[in-house]
Amino acid sequence: MEHTLSEPTPTLDTQMLEVNLGPQHPSTHGVFRMNVTLDGETIVKLKPVMGYLHRNHEKLAENMTWLASMPFTDRLDYICSMTNNFAYALAVEKLAGLEVPERAQYIRVIVAELTRLVNHTLLIGFLLNDLGAFFTPILYAFREREKILDLFETISGSRMMCNFFRFGGVKQDVTEDFIPRAKDIIQRYPKFLDEFEQLLTTNEILMARCQNVGILSKELAVASGISGPMLRATGVPYDIRKVDHYSIYDRFAFRVPIGAMGDVYDRYFVRILEMRESIKILEQAVREIPEGDFLSAKGAAGAKAPRTFKPPKGDVYGRIEAPKGELGFYLVSDGSPKPYRYHVRPPSFINLTVLEDMTLGHKVADAVAILGSIDIVLGEVDR
Amino acid sequence: METAANTSEIDQGLKSELQKKGIVVTAIQDLYNWGRRSSIWPLQFGLACCAIEMIATACARYDMDRFGAGLFRASPRQADLMIVAGTVTKKMAPQVVRLYNQMPEPKYCITMGACSISGGPFKDGYNVLRGIDRYIPVDVHLPGCPPRPEALLHGLMKLQEKIDSQVIEKTEWYQKGLKREFPVPEFGPNGLNPPYNPEVFTPGQQRPITV
Repeated sequence: MEHTLSEPTPTLDTQMLEVNLGPQHPSTHGVFRMNVTLDGETIVKLKPVMGYLHRNHEKLAENMTWLASMPFTDRLDYICSMTNNFAYALAVEKLAGLEVPERAQYIRVIVAELTRLVNHTLLIGFLLNDLGAFFTPILYAFREREKILDLFETISGSRMMCNFFRFGGVKQDVTEDFIPRAKDIIQRYPKFLDEFEQLLTTNEILMARCQNVGILSKELAVASGISGPMLRATGVPYDIRKVDHYSIYDRFAFRVPIGAMGDVYDRYFVRILEMRESIKILEQAVREIPEGDFLSAKGAAGAKAPRTFKPPKGDVYGRIEAPKGELGFYLVSDGSPKPYRYHVRPPSFINLTVLEDMTLGHKVADAVAILGSIDIVLGEVDR
Repeated sequence: METAANTSEIDQGLKSELQKKGIVVTAIQDLYNWGRRSSIWPLQFGLACCAIEMIATACARYDMDRFGAGLFRASPRQADLMIVAGTVTKKMAPQVVRLYNQMPEPKYCITMGACSISGGPFKDGYNVLRGIDRYIPVDVHLPGCPPRPEALLHGLMKLQEKIDSQVIEKTEWYQKGLKREFPVPEFGPNGLNPPYNPEVFTPGQQRPITV
């Protein structure tokens, strides 16, 4: 391949350098590959290569019952399995017209917001890892993650892959000590965030590496379908929890934090603020959770005999505000026990499309930080 | 894998008697194996979901460093152990084999999770390799989806037992002039070619599952 210099210098004999980052690379967040063309250290071209973790999720789901896909959704975005379950359950409930009992709605919101805490905490740990703070912020992040995962384990039996949601409710009622333990975590979390922020937010190295790096404009973000914290960091106040009011999110008072610049620092800081808002939702939810059923009668029948669960003919798009952005499921039913078409709209895949626009003109070390700030999970990108 | 046999030829009674007096007697092989098993450096290599649990194992609560295996190396040239953590797709399999080839001897491999053992829940997928042991020899299979961090620690302890039981002169990697290279499969329109490496994998044969 022949390369031409962007600014030919007559005295120096230089040429473009092609660097291949990944699929095995300590900073690519899984098996993601970037073909980067460098002029010195400046990126002039970036080509993402995907598909190293294409696990045929959609095709497999079309060959099994509706409920059997639920554990597979856990493995889409494997850091936040609860919100994946939530999106899928929401879409199918919309298609089949199932009601969800009050208590189940509250349990769903509590686990979804706890998942958001896990995801954002881990992301910040990994981002700092990419910036060169090798493993230290991750230790803090995983310490907090373990506490929430213990809670998930008590209610679902699994740490990571919870498979907790059913159509029309949740798998089982939460244990007696769940609410007190959740309250305890919620009470302590702001203290952890203060500690985290004290170390990071005004840290000079973090500010120097993140501010004015990887700026994403508002127009490009909206035009490319970017969602989640990445969109809000550019200054667009778009949160599906506020727009759609799905589940019972209209009952809680919380604000939508937005950024000003759309750079890596804003993406970091929006996530910190979002965690503080999540804690507000959690505080309200654990206070107001009522007694009652955890699964509707129709849902229980469907969960017991998945082959008899046949949603009416039609198609549906259900979406939620997952920690990474808009997670949607487009489902087509032909009235049989299996979905006719099953499509996932993964937030991190769509957020990844603007990677080249954000990295052009930056140094190769910044590309790693920009990729880290997008918050990709390859299970979701490649499906 | 054979269970850890005590291969030392020193009389155990005499050994402990001397130890009481402050004299430690050991065979060079025991010393060598003790050193090797106490500093297994894994390759920092995550494929999918299990990688998160692998990182969790390395973090404060489970602390894999207690077993000397906490130093994750980003380069295969510096690693002793490859933890195949996650689904190996057909597109990724050549890279996994290449990474294993790049590791210096003696090298070990743990398959973490159902996917890397047999394809796991995704085994019906057209793009999923049904077990990485079709191409490279695997020392410890670690079932679970994903395995808990405690399970990974158990797998690591089993690997340490295996290292302890190895006799240096007889091991394959110690032989003179030997260069263990596993052929890298090619990813084409019909999947992987060849479908398996006959030297390490026989179809239909039950694989020994140790952990």
